[in-house]
Amino acid sequence: MTTNGWLQIGFYALVLLLVTKPMGVYLMKVYDGSFRWLAPVERLLYRLGGVDPDEDQHWTRYGASMLLFSLASMLLTYLVLRLQQWLPLNPQHLPNVVARQAFETAASFTTNTNWQSYAGETTMSYFSQMTQLAFHNFASAAVGVALAIAFTRGIARHSAGRLGNFWTDLVRGTLYLFLPGSLLFALFLVQQGAIQNFAHYVTVTTVEGARQVLAMGPVASQEAIKQLGTNGGGFFNANSAHPFENPTPWTNFWQMLAIFLVPAGLTYAFGRMVKNQKHGWALWAAMFVLFMAGTATAYWAEARGNPIHEKLGVNTVASATNPGGNMEGKEVRFGIANSALFATITTDASCGAVNAMHDSFTPLGGLVPLVNIQLGEVVFGGVGAGLYGMLVMVVLTVFIAGLMVGRTPEYLGKKIQAREVQMAMLYVLVFAAAILVNSAFAVSLKAGLAGLNNAGPHGLSEILYAYSSTAANNGSAFAGLTGTTYFYNTTLGLNTLVGRFAMIVPMLALAGFLAEQKAAPESAASFPVTTPLFVILLIGVIVIVGALTFFPALSLGPIVEQLLMHAGRLF
Amino acid sequence: MLRHQLRPAIVLTLLLCVITGVLYPGAVTAVAQLLFPRQANGSLLVGAGGKPVGSALIGQSFTRPEYFHPRPSAAGAGYDDTLSGGSNLGPTSARLDTLVTQRVDSVVADDHAMKGRIPSDMVTASGSGVDPDISPANAYLQVARVAHARGADRAAVRALVDRHVEGRQFGFFGEPRVNVLELNLDLDRSFPLPGAAAHGR
Repeated sequence: MTTNGWLQIGFYALVLLLVTKPMGVYLMKVYDGSFRWLAPVERLLYRLGGVDPDEDQHWTRYGASMLLFSLASMLLTYLVLRLQQWLPLNPQHLPNVVARQAFETAASFTTNTNWQSYAGETTMSYFSQMTQLAFHNFASAAVGVALAIAFTRGIARHSAGRLGNFWTDLVRGTLYLFLPGSLLFALFLVQQGAIQNFAHYVTVTTVEGARQVLAMGPVASQEAIKQLGTNGGGFFNANSAHPFENPTPWTNFWQMLAIFLVPAGLTYAFGRMVKNQKHGWALWAAMFVLFMAGTATAYWAEARGNPIHEKLGVNTVASATNPGGNMEGKEVRFGIANSALFATITTDASCGAVNAMHDSFTPLGGLVPLVNIQLGEVVFGGVGAGLYGMLVMVVLTVFIAGLMVGRTPEYLGKKIQAREVQMAMLYVLVFAAAILVNSAFAVSLKAGLAGLNNAGPHGLSEILYAYSSTAANNGSAFAGLTGTTYFYNTTLGLNTLVGRFAMIVPMLALAGFLAEQKAAPESAASFPVTTPLFVILLIGVIVIVGALTFFPALSLGPIVEQLLMHAGRLF
Repeated sequence: MLRHQLRPAIVLTLLLCVITGVLYPGAVTAVAQLLFPRQANGSLLVGAGGKPVGSALIGQSFTRPEYFHPRPSAAGAGYDDTLSGGSNLGPTSARLDTLVTQRVDSVVADDHAMKGRIPSDMVTASGSGVDPDISPANAYLQVARVAHARGADRAAVRALVDRHVEGRQFGFFGEPRVNVLELNLDLDRSFPLPGAAAHGR
């Protein structure tokens, strides 16, 4: 670990703090309809779509709209991928995507997961990348934020049961938030060296006379929304490690900030909308503590390096000229600190972009992203998904606190009763089952074990990571796992759908139930949700729910591997 | 209820697809090609013959002793930009152990490196497989071999490396590095090989 490494991490944290409020204020304006500068476009979209923008939707209708939109956009993507050979903008003449992979990719991008079993440069035409994958990056992100805003309305409103209008939330998020942000960000990326063209791949003769083919494409435009929308699907196989996606340390900094920008802002917007700004900051603080704990652990583990390689003669001590640590799967321009920080951020959020290969992290360094995902990605989290996931945890925390003092728990003037807790528990259990049951199947079946790139406990980590990543809609991978088989394409594709929609429905129901309630005045029985005590309790609930659920599996994967690595054991 | 929501679902899918999937990337491409054409088209570098020899951002293989070598690469047969990616071998992988052992042995043989002093980036594959950079320590370790192979003065080659060490961006972000392709192109200009023409360039 170096002083400069810690300063870079500290600087990131400081900037994150500074952007939270402005971003929150901007988000509020997007979703309460204050912005009108694209009103003609908005009106045209509503008219053609037959949308009544003033309709206030019950949670069931809001949910149905969301499901139908997701279904329609998923089918479109499946079709385009299956037909890309005959569609324009395919200079490399790439063939149609095979059925199982087209299904998995369509499911994965619709759910904001962006798990990729394909390598972009050899599978997807420019047309598929732009019109489908980049479009889903926008749409799934706008859907996520819309849901978080709807949940917030559920808490803020009384005696209503109505959560707003899905269609206007979707359109406003796209037009006023993600499009302008991505335009600016994409041009910045190009200025720094990211590519943006529709050209053939360029063939050059290298200095030593060999032939090298340089992959091209409209990369920057996709890269921008990939981070802002916490999607994470790379244009190229190497994702944000690829210099054409993430050319410099400066672009790397902004990519990391773009991931947390909207989720952090949402905590502020939430506080404002429920008229309890301190509670918004309390959520921010709980997220921040977990974020820094993860970053410090990952940085420490990666900077320490691999003792097995150290014995072979590698200098793992960082100096002014040697990056030190564990550099397998990492880029020189980013080094250890920025790789560990990126890995923590991308899995705290449901992004899944990577600037280093998590599969090659040390066991402890790789444990951090895995645990981040398994905690439900509530540390700032995905755009929207992070906030509503965190609010489910808050409901559980308030419920547990209520049990401890023997009163009916209340949260911001709403009673947390049986049906609210049932929905919150359904949310938690669907997630745990999607990860553990699937992983158990995969390790018991030949088809599951066939995909492994690493043996021993690391193999279990690869499988566990795959199902965690897809259930939580993250999309990063211990990428050694060969995911292009019938077994993995199908089970992982289905897992992304379960992890998104089977969790959103109970979450929306919970929001609807809260919105139906009358406001109860704050009383002595109300649990204070703005104090450091609350922050500690909330962190405790998040960690305990995650630890109790996943600790047994983790102890057979990364934890035992860490011990074996220090004993010098190889597999 | 569902039937009423079907029309907006289909229409907005198509319209948003056109806005975000066609108009947006089209607009970015137009502005990028106008303002930053060099970067937008891959930051290509031109060699002695006036033809592009590669990209400043994408590493390429160098195996001859008279050139600085890049990091090991797991992309295809090495630095294949159409198969980008890392080895994805884990920390307790026996395969990775074998690879690192071989790389250490060859660095010890070629550069007389001392075990325990080998820069960590020198014997590990990058995440992209096309990492254009090496660490300064890695470059300095190769100076003696390169200078000897070119019959050049060791201090002069070292001074050339000094000039190619790129510090942290704005003195703060990222890590110090040396771009291998740019360094080698400069090397060919500053210390031409007697038989340069024989290489067909």
